[in-house]
Amino acid sequence: MTLAAYAICLKGIIWREGLRFLHQRERFVSALVRPLVWLFIFAAGFRQVLGISIIPPYETYILYEVYITPGLLAMIQLFNGMQSSLSMVYDREMGNMRVLLLSPFPRWFLLFGKLIAGTLVSVSQCYAYLLIAWLWDIEAPPLGYLTVLPAFFLVGLMLGALGMLLSSLIKQLENFAGVMNFVIFPMFFASSALYPLWRVKEGSPWVYYICQINPFTHAVELIRFALYTQFNPLAFAVVFGCTLVFMLGAIVAYDPSRGLMTLRGAPGAAA
Amino acid sequence: MPFEMSRAAFVVALLAASPAFATDAFVSNEKGNTISVIDVESMMLKTTIPVGQRPRGLAVSSDGKTVYVALGDADQIAAIDTKSLSVSDTFDAGRDPERIETSPDGKTLYVTNEDSNTLTFFNLETKERLGGARLGVEPEGLAVSPDGKTVVATTETTNMAHFVDAERRKILANVLVDARPRMAAFTPDGKEVWVSAEIGGSISIIDAQTRKIVERIRFEVPGLRAENVQPVGINISHDGTLAFVSLGPANRMAVVDVKSRKVLKYLLVGQRVWHAAFTPDDKFLLTANGISNDVSVIDVGALKVVKSIQVGESPWELVIPGPAKP
Repeated sequence: MTLAAYAICLKGIIWREGLRFLHQRERFVSALVRPLVWLFIFAAGFRQVLGISIIPPYETYILYEVYITPGLLAMIQLFNGMQSSLSMVYDREMGNMRVLLLSPFPRWFLLFGKLIAGTLVSVSQCYAYLLIAWLWDIEAPPLGYLTVLPAFFLVGLMLGALGMLLSSLIKQLENFAGVMNFVIFPMFFASSALYPLWRVKEGSPWVYYICQINPFTHAVELIRFALYTQFNPLAFAVVFGCTLVFMLGAIVAYDPSRGLMTLRGAPGAAA
Repeated sequence: MPFEMSRAAFVVALLAASPAFATDAFVSNEKGNTISVIDVESMMLKTTIPVGQRPRGLAVSSDGKTVYVALGDADQIAAIDTKSLSVSDTFDAGRDPERIETSPDGKTLYVTNEDSNTLTFFNLETKERLGGARLGVEPEGLAVSPDGKTVVATTETTNMAHFVDAERRKILANVLVDARPRMAAFTPDGKEVWVSAEIGGSISIIDAQTRKIVERIRFEVPGLRAENVQPVGINISHDGTLAFVSLGPANRMAVVDVKSRKVLKYLLVGQRVWHAAFTPDDKFLLTANGISNDVSVIDVGALKVVKSIQVGESPWELVIPGPAKP
């Protein structure tokens, strides 16, 4: 197969994801409403509660809504990653997945294509959020809006791959609530998204250690530093490493000959 | 001839490379008993100068070569050479000097003595006490009119702004303002005096001619209790368009449009901000934050806080000597 054929296939996958996204306007709105509710309501209440301390990459005192913006951006990407995993479960139940996986292209490429498509959607949501935040007087340095793009992309890939790996474990659509409980909430709350880690450490060293090993913390920090035109090597290493592990895991899990799907029984037969 | 030319070019290049005037900001650290010097070009701490007990008020000589420091517990004024960055002289200043100002001609130093309720006049050449004016209780705020004829001092407990004749050292008028006036400032055209009231939470604008209050500005920071909004420092830009008012424990600077008296914005700075100073070009305003022990840098054009710099313990006032006044 030629490179051009690969390109056509990739375009097809991205196009489908894009169309699906455009046709579900509620999804775009809800993806934005969620972080905006946090920003306007949650952050407003916590404005005075949070102690003041200057931590990198900030060079001066910041309001709480400025602090949680990178966390909310990562939250958009987290939900988007889980949403695409939800859509994969749906596709599997409906049989669309079989059509995709029957294609002559290697399976890793198909899954990777789907990952890229999902990431593009989440990046566009992030920029829409940044625009609204900008209107709300939450501004990053102008160059930061460019330097944050690679961070968005890598974080989108990591969380998308995680969602994909999880989707191979979920037999039915109804089980998605479990993902919410056991993945999204712990990942989001046990991270640096809502509070700086030094503050978490004051409360409980144990929670602090959990936050430290949570890849989502590093996703948030990668975005936070990139938004202020800085590079955080540790966060990059963790996010990059996790992306590779999750992606490999997803490829193995979706391999029909040895994947988890065969072990757990075919989707149709399971019911 | 070609040699001469190239040498001239070299000198020109050298002159162009070195800034015409190296600007430093001087911060008095009330509890650290030191002066922190910040290089304004790089916005980095340059050095720390030990001075006597409880440095608070600062003033710059009219030639920009000396910074005077009021040492409250040493009852002295220290003079710092802005070139060598060391104390070059000290002289007695009466009991508990708090704030100081120099006259526009550079000859006189005005001192508010918090404990003895006086405004003291010093000859800066001979370092001699010229005399004093009795004020209300706990004098602090001090402002000199641009023409040098009037000195305004505020008394924290009497709640007054006293207009004093600079030459005869006599009180011309007393204006009652809101509770606990901390600071006074003339607009650059000399037509108005702005007086802050820490407890009253307001700025009273006094007509310098009629000595009557013409307007009051109040501050309301969303999400903050009114008692935490305590206006203290007032800095009016050299072009007279913007006033920056420090709001103490509100940790914010209010930006006021001088003409319309409207508050344009509240900027988050460090904790308990009292005094501040503009750079000579008005591009930046530096604030001294007494509890967080740092100085916040405000980009005046963008109305944004860009940086905070750690200084000594309990920074109180801040001055930035400009080039010598003509």
